[in-house]
Amino acid sequence: MAATNIEVWQQATVIETTAVTEHIKRIVLRPDLPRRADPGSHIDVKVNLPSSTQGEALKRSYSVVESANDGARLTVSVFRAPSSRGGSVAMHALQVGDTLEVTQPLQNFPLRIGAPRYLLLAGGIGITAIAAMARVLRELHADYTLVYAGRSRAAMAYLDDLQQLHGRQLVAHINDEGTNLDVASLVAALAPDTELYMCGPIRLMDSVRRSWLEKQLDPANLRFETFGNSGWYAPQEFTVRIPRLGISTTVSPDRSMLEALEDAGADMMFDCRKGECGLCEVRVLRLEGAIDHRDVFYSDRQQKAGEKICCCVSRVASVGAVGGAVQGPEQGLPGIVIEVP
Amino acid sequence: MSIAPAVESTSVQTTSRTSNASSTTNKVLGYPLNAWYVAAWDYEVTRKPMSRRIADRPLALYRAEDGRAVALADACWHRLAPLSLGKTLAGDQIQCPYHGIIYNSAGRCVSMPAQETINPSATVPSFPVVERYRYVWVWLGDATKADPELIPDMWQMTDPAWAGDGLTIPVNCNFQLVLDNLMDLTHEEFVHGSSIGQEELSESDFVVTHEGNTVTVTRWMLDIDAPPFWRKNIRDKFPGYEGKVDRWQIIHFESPSTICIDVGVAKAGTGAPDGDRSQGVNGYVMNTISPETVKTSHYFWAFMRNYRLESQLITTQLRDGVSRVFKEDEDMLEAQQAAIDANPDYEFYNLNIDAGGMWVRRLIERQLAAEGRLVPFA
Ligand code: FES
Ligand code: FES
Ligand SMILES: [Fe+2]
Repeated sequence: MAATNIEVWQQATVIETTAVTEHIKRIVLRPDLPRRADPGSHIDVKVNLPSSTQGEALKRSYSVVESANDGARLTVSVFRAPSSRGGSVAMHALQVGDTLEVTQPLQNFPLRIGAPRYLLLAGGIGITAIAAMARVLRELHADYTLVYAGRSRAAMAYLDDLQQLHGRQLVAHINDEGTNLDVASLVAALAPDTELYMCGPIRLMDSVRRSWLEKQLDPANLRFETFGNSGWYAPQEFTVRIPRLGISTTVSPDRSMLEALEDAGADMMFDCRKGECGLCEVRVLRLEGAIDHRDVFYSDRQQKAGEKICCCVSRVASVGAVGGAVQGPEQGLPGIVIEVP
Repeated sequence: MSIAPAVESTSVQTTSRTSNASSTTNKVLGYPLNAWYVAAWDYEVTRKPMSRRIADRPLALYRAEDGRAVALADACWHRLAPLSLGKTLAGDQIQCPYHGIIYNSAGRCVSMPAQETINPSATVPSFPVVERYRYVWVWLGDATKADPELIPDMWQMTDPAWAGDGLTIPVNCNFQLVLDNLMDLTHEEFVHGSSIGQEELSESDFVVTHEGNTVTVTRWMLDIDAPPFWRKNIRDKFPGYEGKVDRWQIIHFESPSTICIDVGVAKAGTGAPDGDRSQGVNGYVMNTISPETVKTSHYFWAFMRNYRLESQLITTQLRDGVSRVFKEDEDMLEAQQAAIDANPDYEFYNLNIDAGGMWVRRLIERQLAAEGRLVPFA
């Protein structure tokens, strides 16, 4: 776990691409400066926007699903949301032989070796952050269970491979087969010394967090990775204004409010850009719609109060748009008026 | 190792090797990371955190309330303030002295005083720790390989049939120079002339064997006068003994940096070389060297004996006596490191007496190569 988090950028060559589900592509990279990737690590990737003429690049983080030969062969998996027009589209367009800029493996989600028992919990594409952990725990003969939840068998990347590798250690919950995951009873059944590592949609992680608190388990044993890319509402377009600076812009579904404000010329403070540190905090002056808090920086109380938001991940949604129904522009865009430091 | 060969024989030596054999002409060596190193004596690690650098990694060492030793990176996640200046709290927790972030023994933040939530990324590296043989051992490499079975065998440290004590020497030299020193004891005649040195050391034959990750050098000196240190020891068991002795030194190295030396003398001709040591005194010099940096080391040693176990006086006399002897080594090793640094363009040459040390170097270089870390240091 002694990985450092110094970003070392390098070129990597695509050596394999495979569609593992309808929307998930597995991409194998050969980096120029290989470095061992411990379980839980990710790489940052500069993806060029296909729509951009100025060679505009976005930085995206992808978990290392598998690292072989001390990092000389790195596998990532990219989920392309049906609505996406941004980074994941460019990643899906990669061909064998293409090169791209990536960091050496970075670590924010280290697996501790030596816990008495483990529960690994993956929802959907979250499996990419969890798969390598499961493999290491299996090799170490650790006491672990891998719980993998998804909508349908066809949408769950690597399910067959994982089943083969982990056998009875793997418990799959598949919505359209009626074996939905019951988070409360999962957490209720845990031995108190279990360490839980999870990655998945915010609903799943939030309900685990609540059950964890209810059962008064040690908060330090609940580990999670969030790239801030999943929310309570489907991402939709909204407007943002900073009256003091005379800035007014629109945030498209595949960009963050922070990115949109930067594009519009605001000098924004930030650090993690994934909803953890709170440095991108802005004050809410007025709101048309609902805040979709996607950060883990604010407490429930602070999120409910709705006075401040982390603009790197959080969004504004139309009231009543819960569950993915995106309102048409004819009804007027949701919007937010903010003040920035 | 210098780039330009000083003389031709050096370049012949390095280039004529087959590709799978490692060079043995590096003057000093890097340290393997996938290894257990002693970070501290058991008594040094307490509820009050301490700092110690092992393999270039500053560690904060402390004990949890239940007595378990903990090793965290000695740098807070937030602004890298040393946790060793902080304080331990209930259970296994430690608080950063600067802005009060609290971590548990796994290095996970459990409290972030200035906000209502905890940043999920807030962790400091926590290193595997095992307490064994009166030492606190740490593993700084790949934690998935940290098998306690790999801790070097130093059973004499805690065996009830043995008694003794030791100290730590901070020595300003590369750890390999200490290993070289212990693998060739002919230096005793010149460095330790007033205590354990005698000319028979250089005159007597020795045998080197190696197996797996161990190297053994065996030397017997038969029917000799006991040097002052050993004259005193044999008289502790056989008061007034005047005669000649058979003396032995059996040096056991276990990779990467532990050397236990079976030493002793017995009344000459009483069968010690054939295994009957009843007419002698037997000690074990327990040495384990933890690289602090490439040029500094923590040298942990103890002298254990299997006679007169009840005598605390003898324990203290032996510890002090060996300590004086080792001070002579320390002075020589630091002078040697300084000369190496001052003469970067000069090479090492090897003698027949270096055979033990050369096997040690080969084992360590193999381990470094396996870790992809075999790089020459100047
Ligand atoms: S930049 Fe860290 S929370 Fe937004
Ligand atoms: S440096 Fe440790 S809390 Fe700030
Ligand atoms: Fe010596």
